[in-house]
Amino acid sequence: MEQVIVNGFYLGAQYALIALGLTLIFALMNVLNFAHGQMYVLGGFISYTIYGKLGLPFVVALISSGVTLAIVGALFERFLFRTVIKRSLREESTMLLAAATAFFLDAVILLLFGEKQRGVPKIVKGVYNDGNLIMPYDRMVVGILAIAFIAGFILYMKYSRPGRAMRALAQDRVAAQLMGVEVDRYTMIGFALGAMLAGIVGGLLVAITGINSGIGGPISIKAFLMVMIGGAGVVGGAIAGGFILGMLESVGLTVLREFGDVTYLVIFAALMVFLSIRPNGLMGKPWG
Amino acid sequence: MSPPVKILSVVVFLFAVFVAVPVMITVTGRTDFYYTLTSVALLSIASAGVWLTFYIGRINIGQGAYSLLGGYASAILVVDYGWSFWLTIPAAGLLCAGVSILVGLPILRLRGVYFAMVTLVFTEVARLLALALPVTGGATGMTSIPLPGAVSIFGLTIIPDFASLENPRLAFYLLAVTLMVLCFAAMYRIVHSRIGRLCQSLQQNEELASSIGVNIVYLRLIAYAISSFLGGVGGVIFVAISQSIYPSSFTVTDSVNFMLNCFLGGLGYVFGPMLGTLVLYFGWDLLFEAGRFQLLIYSSVMIVLILVLPNGLLSLGLILRRKV
Repeated sequence: MEQVIVNGFYLGAQYALIALGLTLIFALMNVLNFAHGQMYVLGGFISYTIYGKLGLPFVVALISSGVTLAIVGALFERFLFRTVIKRSLREESTMLLAAATAFFLDAVILLLFGEKQRGVPKIVKGVYNDGNLIMPYDRMVVGILAIAFIAGFILYMKYSRPGRAMRALAQDRVAAQLMGVEVDRYTMIGFALGAMLAGIVGGLLVAITGINSGIGGPISIKAFLMVMIGGAGVVGGAIAGGFILGMLESVGLTVLREFGDVTYLVIFAALMVFLSIRPNGLMGKPWG
Repeated sequence: MSPPVKILSVVVFLFAVFVAVPVMITVTGRTDFYYTLTSVALLSIASAGVWLTFYIGRINIGQGAYSLLGGYASAILVVDYGWSFWLTIPAAGLLCAGVSILVGLPILRLRGVYFAMVTLVFTEVARLLALALPVTGGATGMTSIPLPGAVSIFGLTIIPDFASLENPRLAFYLLAVTLMVLCFAAMYRIVHSRIGRLCQSLQQNEELASSIGVNIVYLRLIAYAISSFLGGVGGVIFVAISQSIYPSSFTVTDSVNFMLNCFLGGLGYVFGPMLGTLVLYFGWDLLFEAGRFQLLIYSSVMIVLILVLPNGLLSLGLILRRKV
């Protein structure tokens, strides 16, 4: 049982980090970023190239994943999303754009990195084993790093100037603008930050599960699940959703093992019931 | 448009799809176009359903689930219970509508991104269900489903047995196009009726509509049920053409594509989904020549299109008129 809980906690930490980026972009611009999973994959491949192929330290790989994705995110916001939001009659049009950017990133990833599954050498060797609990050290490192990033993100949003500006934007765009927040600038920073988070998780997880170009879509779906559980557009909700999904997945895989591959069916059925009681998730703002 | 122009354009359209296209294909000998155009017709039926949910202000990315459900229902009824294929079209459609009412009761309360996300996950669930349930045959799917049989009333054969035809492609094309015409005629009627106006009020402001006395729960269920019915019907014919169905026949990508068809054509226009499907499907097919750059060019063109015409292809007319 301890094993299941530790696994769930480890999964939850990485899931929460994925969901954070998605929810940040949603909170700031009301955009459902379909390309989130693809951004994760891109981050993973960049880390693979730098750490796995060029042999540079893992930290360098992680930083370059984050930076590249931040640049990609900033460019997407500046040249694509901003324009479409201004010109479109209905704000749902951004979803079409988000889906198109997902296809675009998929294509770029396929062309640059191919369709093979890629892995890298372990970052830390060895396994922790005290009889009833088994945990490879590299998973521990990744889990702790993920939690550190989450903590860093919360602190940044809470106490830094850009963080405060972004929270103001999420609360009320017009009011924030009237108070002198540079709306365009901080929206761009927010999008870049969200994309960067996706890239960092990709970079982290390439060390454990490896990466391949096909998993972008499934990752996006998981991120949506988490955001639905926790509530869209709320930092606390994304973290809660991530840990809950991680825990459910870990417990479900153990408890429902004899019924075959039904964990996600059960999770979805539970989610339907849950959403009919609380349509906005655990702590979502009304009518996201 | 004035009434005479409207009637004329309908006649031209019907002539084009029922006479001009088959003649053109026979003359040029490109029979592979039958398959492409049939697919476009079927996908546009399913997209029309998605469009209707857009019309009540919901983003529906779950149409693939209903197409899969409809396809499986038809295949199981035909193969295991020996039903006539023609009966399974309404049966599967109604099954999808029924399921959508059950699913819709809780999830139609959600709005915006929440509804979009739930429906997206729903497609994935349909795939998982198809893999897990015993009747569907799991990952191997169902194959060699018989072609549609003959239909006769009072000894008079109305529809011949598809297996005995020398050109089943043409038959399928005519079937799909007929259904598409019926579907869009019905959509046009719905949108221009009392219910259509009420749906538009939902799209603008549900609370306000409700306060005036519009039964919003009932209306959005109806719209969602019709939408799922169309998704199911599209799936049924698709299965009949390919004579097989797998859990991966309709995936999240298909659901997203149905949505994209609507967006690209224009959310404010009944015939938007038809145009959007045609452009997207043909665009993808034409780019096959580009080999490994196919997806890159396709997505880039799509991004440019969205930047230039964020309100859909049909909004081009609006822009031109405004300039004049």
